[in-house]
Amino acid sequence: MGKTIIPIGPYHPLQEEPEFFTLTVEGETVIDIDMRMGYNHRGIEKLSERKTFENSTFVVERICGICSTSHPYAYTRAVEDIFPMEVSMRSKYIRTIIAEGERIHSHLLWLGLAGHFLGYNTVYMWAWKLREEILDVMEILSGNRNAYAMFKPGGVRRDIKPEDVPLSVKKIDSILPTLDMIKKAVLDDPVLHARLKGVGVLSYQEAIDFSALGPTSRASGVARDVRKDSPYGAYQEMEWDMIVTENGDVFDKAVVRILEMFEAAKIMKYCLNNLPDGEIDAKIKDVPPGEGIGHVEAPRGETFHYVKSDGTNRPIRHKVRAPTFMNLPTYKATVKGQTISDATIILAAIDPCYCCTERIAVKDAKGRMLYDGKDLVQLSREKTAKMKRRMGVR
Amino acid sequence: MTREEVLMDFTSRFNEDILDFEDKSNTRVYVNIKPEAIVRIGTYLFRNVNARFNIASATDMPPNIEILYHFIVEDINLVISLRVFLNRENPEIESLGKEIEAFNWIEREMSELLGITFIGHPDPRRLLLADNWPECVYPLRQDYEEWDEKADRTRGV
Repeated sequence: MGKTIIPIGPYHPLQEEPEFFTLTVEGETVIDIDMRMGYNHRGIEKLSERKTFENSTFVVERICGICSTSHPYAYTRAVEDIFPMEVSMRSKYIRTIIAEGERIHSHLLWLGLAGHFLGYNTVYMWAWKLREEILDVMEILSGNRNAYAMFKPGGVRRDIKPEDVPLSVKKIDSILPTLDMIKKAVLDDPVLHARLKGVGVLSYQEAIDFSALGPTSRASGVARDVRKDSPYGAYQEMEWDMIVTENGDVFDKAVVRILEMFEAAKIMKYCLNNLPDGEIDAKIKDVPPGEGIGHVEAPRGETFHYVKSDGTNRPIRHKVRAPTFMNLPTYKATVKGQTISDATIILAAIDPCYCCTERIAVKDAKGRMLYDGKDLVQLSREKTAKMKRRMGVR
Repeated sequence: MTREEVLMDFTSRFNEDILDFEDKSNTRVYVNIKPEAIVRIGTYLFRNVNARFNIASATDMPPNIEILYHFIVEDINLVISLRVFLNRENPEIESLGKEIEAFNWIEREMSELLGITFIGHPDPRRLLLADNWPECVYPLRQDYEEWDEKADRTRGV
């Protein structure tokens, strides 16, 4: 059977940033996958070398629009590690609250998109409607729905006002029943079981070899979470569970993310209710020469920053590693051997973001257009519909 | 194993290859090693100590280029950073990407941004830079200069 090469990208709604995938398919089966990236390479590391330690916080906050807090968090921890120093308990709590709120909205965004690509637009609508609520909480606490600008080396930039706490807790409580309903709707759905179980499996050993991170590794049975392994912030102060599942397929990745939202809400509520008193800013003046490493658990996995200082007010080297850098190559293991209608959801299972313009084309050997991006999503939805019919589900 | 046992085992096993050992804090250790030992030590940490590879960060520090390979031993919350110095004129080091998949992409990135050659890398293509980026121009080197006469990098700053 002849091989067909399917390019996906560089601009495609399944991808967080512009990347270019080349799928080689034989009939309906994907036999090879390759990728090319760099379309969104903005030279942030170089840029950061020309900013002061204080200003770099804002630069790194703009690396990602969804997990915008994970980068300032990792960066400020890296700068603090140069000393090394500890920030005050109150700022640790505030940082934890912001980071966990971000985890809830990021996971909801993913869940909605996954539903959308599977043809489950109800899930999409519910998840995104719920996401608005948590964004409102973030706005109450930080003044912004996204890009909170709460972090600075040595502490946090703004305090949480005591009068905002009861309303925030009430709002978090109000989303939990709906979240529970979505959880049951997704996890008990026979069609989703049939559609997602055993699809795009990343084995335990592969997760180790790729150094996969976050929900991608935890779904494969690798109990790996920076919040537990290298405790920081206020995560040691309360009881919460790391969600680990064994199968490594798309379904388990969804399970990990859905259950994690409940843990995140638990952590957030604990921190809001038990916010300690104290200073929020250590008022760092000069950063000594040296080097520091900061890593935090972003919604997608560990974000890692390395900062080297020579004693001036600017870093001489600032290395940024986002979790997707390690998670993305796992496509090599998960997509091969799967059908093309599943490729969409496997690619989406790791890290989707609806921020790029749709541009995808499938051409045959003579250059005639066979499918475009909509058709690929359509293929995925048709497969779900077919399964529904076969199983007698409406 | 405790932190002390891991470090004791590590330093005694690779005593010959370790040039310098900095115990910075409870959770951070920097180890300066001979460049030729990187595959030996890196694969040992990854496979035998079950350390996770965080990432590698390279810095141009004339007359050398420094690479730090960051590993984290999750059970004991210890980041072990292996430091190697390469000659800036001809930076070359054995590739770890041929042994372990996790090193593949970062070695491609370091090779295009700083011009380091990774000997034996399975896929030495560019990762981030555009196709029309000239050869032998490395943006993260200290002496990098704008090469594109038409480029406007001011952007109001």
